[in-house]
Amino acid sequence: MKPMRSAAQPYTLAAVALAAGWQVAATALNTEALPGPASVLVSFARQVRGPLGIHFAVSAYRVLVSLALALVTAVPWGIAMGRMRRTDALLSPLVYLIYPIPKIAFLPLVLLLFGIGDGSRIFLIAFILFFQILVTTRDAAREIPREYILSMRSLGAGRLQKAFHLVLPAVLPKILTSLRIGIGTAIAVLFFVESFATSTGLGYFILDAWSRLDYESMYAGIVGMGLLGAVLYEFVEVLDRTLCRWTKI
Amino acid sequence: MIRLEKIIVTYRTDAGIHEALAGVDLAIERGTSCVIIGPTGCGKTSLLYLLAGLLEPASGQVILDGRPLSGVRRQTSLILQQHGLFPWKNALANASLGLGIRGAAREKVMGTTRTLMEKMGIWDVRRSYPAQLSGGQRQRVAIARSLATDPDLLLMDEPFSALDAMTRESLQELFLGLWKERSFTSVLVTHSIEEAAFLGNRIVVLSPRPGRVLGILENPEMGDPRYRLSESFHLMCSGIRRLMEGSR
Repeated sequence: MKPMRSAAQPYTLAAVALAAGWQVAATALNTEALPGPASVLVSFARQVRGPLGIHFAVSAYRVLVSLALALVTAVPWGIAMGRMRRTDALLSPLVYLIYPIPKIAFLPLVLLLFGIGDGSRIFLIAFILFFQILVTTRDAAREIPREYILSMRSLGAGRLQKAFHLVLPAVLPKILTSLRIGIGTAIAVLFFVESFATSTGLGYFILDAWSRLDYESMYAGIVGMGLLGAVLYEFVEVLDRTLCRWTKI
Repeated sequence: MIRLEKIIVTYRTDAGIHEALAGVDLAIERGTSCVIIGPTGCGKTSLLYLLAGLLEPASGQVILDGRPLSGVRRQTSLILQQHGLFPWKNALANASLGLGIRGAAREKVMGTTRTLMEKMGIWDVRRSYPAQLSGGQRQRVAIARSLATDPDLLLMDEPFSALDAMTRESLQELFLGLWKERSFTSVLVTHSIEEAAFLGNRIVVLSPRPGRVLGILENPEMGDPRYRLSESFHLMCSGIRRLMEGSR
């Protein structure tokens, strides 16, 4: 009902504005490296039912699995660190040491451990997202008001019930925020991990088109990446609207 | 029957260890309504957390029905100052939470919660979240949640202090009715003299921090909603005020 309309309208507007700006830039620069939106859209429409669609699906699969993997590993650890002082004291320094290191630097090791298939690509994206979600979840779990904790304890809740009725719902809005930030990161990393030793994915598609100087296809691939991001963002919005309704009042 | 014996509660700040309660002795009879009154920061909330099993005394002990209290007890309900409702649960989910956590059957949870919410006039707002409710409605949800588990001991921390005068009085009367009907033991903490006189069989006056018992007043005429308008009510209020002022 409502969500579809409310999402579609602003997107049409944004797409029109983007296309207009793009057209202006393309006309002004007048270079093969930036074709106008019309020819790119034609190229996109022509290829999306063929190879581009498949590359899109492969990329979507890689990002989704990475996001899911990062979520199910980072959220429990984040909650444990946020709610248990000793766990936090033990693990936080470790996290702070590893967090700032560009994980891409571990690529040779990752390739050695997970091979040159999807495993190492997914691992690398998930590895990077893990820390973003971990730190956000930990801080959110730490900030749960004492009043809620006491209230839950006085109701006689056990550990699992506390996690389910109190901690998870309290940190969920922040987790979704970390997901929104994470999606941008994930797609940036996706492009990188699809730039070597593969012949699938949007990253490969873009670089391959570039090497053939097929700029229309290259931008069609970039449009695909943009769409992939938008779909993921909208998915998080739907989660937000259904799971965190209480924050919207 | 609850006995507090030589209770000392301490808390730690950067400046060192302080006493919140400095040797409190108190007996609360089963089925009575005990009101604890004292100035802000006199340790009355500590006293309540102690009775709830959320806090351990530095020394002394709490004896409940002949046994030392250790930890949270199933038959005790606690209503916190800010109601302790969870913002992500609607009124119905909040009110039914205590029973649900105890693993009661779904029909029983829903039946009991519905009866209570209807009685308290909040069934119609059951789908609303706490942020959408008025202060009085939130307090009603909190009371419904605490009574749904049919406690024998109800602890309340300044439950009506954040409400406007008319809402406060109607909730005090509602509470009085529930207490008379269900005969649980009630321990209510407040800084309002009128509330103490209206709701307490016995009124325990605490000194400023560190809290000690300054005096205990028996209040035999409480229990009638019209008590508020009587001469003896005002005499009781004056009595409480004199005790509190004497400590300054």
